[in-house]
This record gives sequence, C-alpha cells and structure tokens, in this order.
Amino acid sequence: MSTVSLPAGTGPAPGAPAMPARAQRRATRRWYRQPALMAGIVITGIVVLAAAAAPLLTPYNPIAQNLNASLLGPSAHHLLGTDQLGRDTFTRLLYGLRVDLRIAFLAVLFPFVLGTILGSLAGYFGGWVDVVVMRAVDIVVAFPFYVLVIALVFVLGPGERSIYIAITVVGWVSYARIVRGEILVAKRQDYVLAAQAGGLSSARIMGRHLLPNVITQAFIYSMSDIVQDILAIVTLGYFGLGVPPPTADLGSMINDGQNFLSTHWQLTTIPGLAVIVVGLGLSLIGDGLADLLRPGSA
Amino acid sequence: MNGQGRTGPQTGGPQTGERQMNERQMNGNVLEVSDLRVQIASRRGLVRAVDGVSFEVPRGGALGLVGESGSGKSMTLRAVLGVLPPEAHVVSGQVRLDGTDLLTLNHDSLNRMRGPKISMIFQEPMSALNPVMRVGQQIAEGPRIHLGYSRARAAERTLELMRRVGIPDPERRYRAYPHEFSGGMRQRVMIAIALACEPEIILCDEPTTALDVTIQDQILRLLAALCRESGVSLVFVTHDLPVVAQVCQQVAVMYGGQLVERGDVRDVLLDPRHPYTLGLVRSAPDFEYVQDSLRPIPGSPPSLITPPPGCRFHPRCEFAEDDCRTGEVPLRILPGGRATACLHYERCLDALAADRAGQ
Repeated sequence: MSTVSLPAGTGPAPGAPAMPARAQRRATRRWYRQPALMAGIVITGIVVLAAAAAPLLTPYNPIAQNLNASLLGPSAHHLLGTDQLGRDTFTRLLYGLRVDLRIAFLAVLFPFVLGTILGSLAGYFGGWVDVVVMRAVDIVVAFPFYVLVIALVFVLGPGERSIYIAITVVGWVSYARIVRGEILVAKRQDYVLAAQAGGLSSARIMGRHLLPNVITQAFIYSMSDIVQDILAIVTLGYFGLGVPPPTADLGSMINDGQNFLSTHWQLTTIPGLAVIVVGLGLSLIGDGLADLLRPGSA
Repeated sequence: MNGQGRTGPQTGGPQTGERQMNERQMNGNVLEVSDLRVQIASRRGLVRAVDGVSFEVPRGGALGLVGESGSGKSMTLRAVLGVLPPEAHVVSGQVRLDGTDLLTLNHDSLNRMRGPKISMIFQEPMSALNPVMRVGQQIAEGPRIHLGYSRARAAERTLELMRRVGIPDPERRYRAYPHEFSGGMRQRVMIAIALACEPEIILCDEPTTALDVTIQDQILRLLAALCRESGVSLVFVTHDLPVVAQVCQQVAVMYGGQLVERGDVRDVLLDPRHPYTLGLVRSAPDFEYVQDSLRPIPGSPPSLITPPPGCRFHPRCEFAEDDCRTGEVPLRILPGGRATACLHYERCLDALAADRAGQ
C-alpha cells in the first residue's frame, strides 16, 4: 500500500465515530466466542429451565408420600426411582433445584448490595469510616466461610430467613473489599475531581460517577460467590439446618439417601451430581464474564 | 493547623502591599485571593506548596497564572475550589468570591457555589470526563442539580451549550460516550460542563496542554470568545507564555509557591521586572526580542520543604546581591499597576536593553 497524502480538511470530521461502531461490533461478536461463557450459559440455562418448568416436566407432587411405592428402582414411571417415603426422586430433584437456586440467587444479592454500599463508603470517605468497616471485615474474614455460616444458622434456627441473614453477614466482606479497593483507585481520577468541582454531593459522586466505573469487578465476583452460596445452602440442608422438611432440597436429599447408599445409590448420588453440574455451569459463566469484562484481557 | 501558619517575618511585608492593591481594585473583582498558604504533608517534611499568594480577578477579566511545574499554580486553583488532595491543607488565607470567603464555608454551602458561581476546566479532557456516562448527561447534570431544571429543559440547555462550544451535530453527540470524541472535542465538552450553570468565573488548569497546537488555538479562541460574550472571568494556569498573551489581560508569575511579578500581560511579557520572568521570556520562542538561541534558566526549582532564605530565586539569579540572600522580599507595587518581588529589578531593564542591542 502506498501512502497517499490527503489534502488538508478532507479527513473525517473531528471526533467522527467511525471507530466506535466497529469497536462495538467487535464487543458484541466477542461474547459468544468465549467457549467458557457459552458452555456455562448452556449448562446453567438447562438446569434453570428444568427447575422452572418442574410442574410441566413431572406429574408427581414432590412432598406427597406414597408408602406403597417406597424405594422403587428407576423405571418408566419413576425415572430415578422413589425414596423411602415413596416420593419420586426426579420430581424432588427438580423441585429441590428450584428451592436451592432461588435461595442462592437471592442470597447473593443481599451481600452484594450491603458490601458494595459499605465498601464504597469506606473507600470514598476513608478515615474512621474506613477503619470501622475494614475492622469489621477483618473480624468476619478471620473465620472460615462455611463454619461461620453454619454456626450462624445454627444460632438463628433453620429456615430460609436464617440462610439469607447468615450468608449476608458473612458474604458482604468480599464485596466490601473489592469495591473499596476499586474506589480507592477510581476516586483519584480526574473525573471525580471534576465532579467535586462541579458541586455534586458525595452521594451523587459515589452513586452516579464512581459505582458504574467500579461495579464490574464486584459483579464478576458475584458469579463465583453464587457457587459458594449454593454449596453453603446444600451443606446446611445436609446438616438439617436448611429449608425444613418436607420441602425438597438437594442437601437434605443427599442426607436422606445416605442410609440406602448400598442398595439405592441414586438417592444420594444424583442430587450430588446436580450440585456439581450447577456449580460447574455458574463457575464457567463467572470465568467467561471475567475474561470478557476485565479490562485489558483479550 | 494554625501553628503552621506561624511563618515568622514572612507575613509582615507582602501583606501591606497587598492590602493597598486590594483597596484600589475592590469594587470590580469577582475573585480575591489573599495570603493563601497551602501545605502538603509528605514523608520528607512539610511542603509549602503555596506560600502567601494574593491576586484578584476583575469581573469579566482573565488572569494568567504562570510558572514552571511545581511552582504551586495548580495547588492554588485547587485550594480556591476546595478540591485539594487529602494530604494538602489550606493553612491560612482568604478566597473571596463575590465577597464570600469560600474557605470558611461548610461542604454543602461550598457545593452550592461550585457550578453556579465558580467552575473548573482540567488539563486532561480524557480523564476528566466520566468514561461510562454519556456526555449529554454529564453536561446536563449541573443544570439539573444546581438550577433545578427538569430533564427536558436540561437536555435543551445541553444542546444549546454543545452548539455554543462548537460541537457539531449535538443531537447525535448528546448520547455519545467520551471515548467517541477526539481530544479537542472532549475539551469542548469540558468547557460546556464548566459553562453549564453560567458561573461568574472559570478556573482553567492548563486546558490546552494535552492538545495539539491547532486544536489548542481553537480552544483558546473559544475560551476568549466565551469570556467576551458572556462576561465570564477566567483564571488561566499555564506554563505557556504565548497562551497567556493570547487569552489574558493580566498575568501573575509564580515561583516556588510565591508570586514574584504581576501586571498587565503586555507589560510583564515585553518588559519583565523580575529576573525569573526575564528568564521565562528568554527561554520561550516566538517573542519579538528573542535571540537566535533560547536561553534556559540555569539551576533547578527550589525545594519547597526547605526553601532558600531571602529571595527564593537567588540561587539561580544572575543579578543576586547579598541583600537577596537574607530577609524577606515582599511584592512591591511599581508605577503602572505592576508589582515585583525583585529588589534589583532595574537590572532586568539593563539586561533587556543589552539583549535588544545585541540583536
């Protein structure tokens, strides 16, 4: 290609948006080219759809007992057999997923919001606010996640509400740390100075100017956090601290099936596999999103 | 904080001179800064970034604040607007905007001034715009908050401002993000933001330094025109003397955190009365009397932690005498509304005459 010298003034107008359109197209093309993200979306999508459509996929009631049909093996009527109370295992699996996924998605939301707010305040104002918030973080971080969640639910009593409270109390610290760190960097940027010079209130600067710039990292983290939350919920169910029976829940299904492990392995193994599949799907989404959204990554 | 304001005999001298000037120009001034001192706590000690600076900006006028990097120009602006970095503090002084001392206001009252009364344009239009907010929203934010405009009215005002600062096709650019703009266009957006609430004075912190020369000229013309049309006053911080000559009527020269010379732009740049200003002029190209080669000022800027005693410029000054090395050198009023801190400013006249004769 030879260099052609253009006469002055024939170039694109200053700031002509030829580049952005192309950049945008590249960005939209990129997301479905991420194999991890695509695989995660497919796996999670199937699981979520199956859980949501549970009443359509199975004719049985997940909690209705039928002692005449207890501990049946897999058959055309009962795809995965029945448990000791004669409940269809496949049905309970779908309804259990429903419960656990709903709790997990809600349980990730509360710490996300709380941690983001506290982290923003600590990062933006610094000083004693920062000291108070970060010491609280240190206290929570001193305990292992699962141990603290289980202990809290044990104290609060089993049930959905206790799970939300426990996961919020323990989970907000990660979000607070991430958001605080991001805000510490971002608040030194000129656009924050410009916003201050424009007489905007601190709340507005944090909410409208800083948060949209820093929330991505917290969002990426929430995708891996939700996996942790699902494991915590299943663990609680296993210990009998989750959703009270007879509501189906993967953790309690695993526990109930344990007694029949030598004769009816599917009662325990299938719900366990379901937990692995859900965790895998969400982890893949988290990794894919991180690759896609993290600045500087290809 | 007050303990650090005790800077000994330094305070006595300059203030007397300042007070006389203040009284003379009291009526027509938008902004009056008097004896402003800013200190920065650093690991190596207390940095006196701004050390007793006083200046006035007449209504509708433009004051250039000139000096090399680290002379305290930007710190002065940031102190005026109350946006100092956390490690810097105003130790003493007054910043009167229309008679109100900004330094004594609480955060909320100050916020009500920032935008509708006083605003700022930054050096880097790239980083001073929020990357994830549409430019239209960024311009509209001020009127929405300070002037209580409805969404529709603020949008209308934004389009008007974008037209006024010369952004083509504002209806379409309103929804664009900053990265879709060129540097010059971004600086126009910054100017639109600064103008949005019709302030009385705009502080410009090297607004053209990050731009290439042709764009620089466009932006300067735009600022000068806006200044003329709407009567906005400007404080223009720069190290670029031709820029000062193009935009400002008055100029104040800073060295080592202090003002060393002040006066009308033509007087100061063509006929400097301080060896530092003389050095700046000699080291700048494109002035009438410049020689074939540019002459740099020998030495390097003074430490602001332990500034040299006496005149801060004396270690680098070719005219320095014994009296420059001790005691204080206040800004003294000269005939013609000028002021200089040099004890031997006549020597600048001789040096200039020699320069011109040699040409």
